[in-house]
Amino acid sequence: MERLDPRARSDIYGLRINRAPAPWRVRSVPYASIMLASALPVLMIADTMPLAPSFGFLMLIAWRMVRPGLLPLWAGAPLGAFDDLVSGQPFGSAILLWSLAMIAIEAIEARFPWRGFWQDWFTAGCMAVVYWLACLVVSGASLTPEMVAVAAPQALASVLLYPLIARLAAGLDRFRLSRARTID
Amino acid sequence: MAPPSSRRAGFSKKAQFSLFTGYLLAAAGALVGAALLALSLWQPAAFAPLRGVASDVVTPAGTGTAMARSGSQGIFAGLIGYFNAGSQNAELRRENEIARIRLAEAEAVKAENARLKGLLGLRDGESKPVATARLVGSTATSGRRHAYLGAGSASGVKPGMPVLSERGVIGRVLETGRFSSRVLLLTDSESVLPVRRAKDNVIAFAEGRGDGLLRIRLVNLGVNPLKVGDMVVTSGAGGYYRPGVAVAIIAKITPDGGIARLVAEPAATNFVTVMPIHEAAAVAELEAPEGAGAPPAAKPSPTPAASPTPVAAAAEE
Repeated sequence: MERLDPRARSDIYGLRINRAPAPWRVRSVPYASIMLASALPVLMIADTMPLAPSFGFLMLIAWRMVRPGLLPLWAGAPLGAFDDLVSGQPFGSAILLWSLAMIAIEAIEARFPWRGFWQDWFTAGCMAVVYWLACLVVSGASLTPEMVAVAAPQALASVLLYPLIARLAAGLDRFRLSRARTID
Repeated sequence: MAPPSSRRAGFSKKAQFSLFTGYLLAAAGALVGAALLALSLWQPAAFAPLRGVASDVVTPAGTGTAMARSGSQGIFAGLIGYFNAGSQNAELRRENEIARIRLAEAEAVKAENARLKGLLGLRDGESKPVATARLVGSTATSGRRHAYLGAGSASGVKPGMPVLSERGVIGRVLETGRFSSRVLLLTDSESVLPVRRAKDNVIAFAEGRGDGLLRIRLVNLGVNPLKVGDMVVTSGAGGYYRPGVAVAIIAKITPDGGIARLVAEPAATNFVTVMPIHEAAAVAELEAPEGAGAPPAAKPSPTPAASPTPVAAAAEE
């Protein structure tokens, strides 16, 4: 059989016989990817204006939308605490806002259980814009019109980037569940 | 696609309890977050040690990207340099001649300065940098403008110390970790710096606007003497900065001062130096009555603390 088609006995997660997903990978990939996304924008030097959207938050929403039920409802608090340590926002802002976001998605999902790409994007876009505004309000600096004006591209970028990040989360999910362990 | 029905617990008591606990924990997380947020807005320095540990972890990766950044800037500058090299060469040669003359004049002024300072019995204001390091990162997603520096309390960096590049002022150290520290950039909307015009003594405050420009607000209101193209330098008031370091160039005039562009852009710098607080004794005296909790971002007192009184007194003893 394999001589005819090497991928005959495999699916998108790899070979099916005597293989299993690696347990540490199954558990850690979502958390590791969200924390990495929080830490990556730190490496840019943004001296005049905020350059990058909050990748950590987008990654959290993407995982929550792509894989409902994978992240527990309370996952926003610890992941937000890590984001606060590196993002420059006052400590506690992401703990609060990410927890609220997780509860909000849960409530939206209870109200509209059938979903599709456009509806997901709409939900995520609305949440990203609200999160962007809330972040500016609680940043610890008094909000000036100039600050909002230079941060506006950030809001646009976070809405436009969501589909890409959702695809990335889906790809990471395939990596997470790929059968890497051989059962003897 | 409908999501899996994780919300429907059915008759299983265990499932019902775990679902309820999830909601409870999420709400508790939000409440704890709100409390921590209120605490850190009230006392901004409260979580500095935690953030110090986190920035110590992130900084080594930042050093790599900082090196790559400075390398790529060099490549681009080199590529651009090949175009119009001839006319630029002639232009530069002429500028160099003029600069050489000005340098000689400056040497003469410097010698005269030293002589006059000797007559007055003032100590020389030059101080050695505490540390030299790269800017390794910044808070690129936040509305605040902080940068991370690759040197911390292990190198003697303390909160409040000024950070300078070879062109001018970058900002001030806000928090220190062991091997990294957080710098409040001049463009942050909470940053206030006492300045004066370079050619005379028109004094003002340079406040960050949060959009990369500085708002220059004159202390003496009346007829606005500023002009587009004026250079403002640190006045030394408040005691943190050495007087006479370049800060910004006026780009636009407003009724109460002007809007200025930075001279030293953090993104374009390679290495920066952390200088000791210019008049640490005066700063300690100013801070003491306000209480020890005053953050370094607090507005410096407008009194001209850089007046040489304490130094002169020390020299006479």
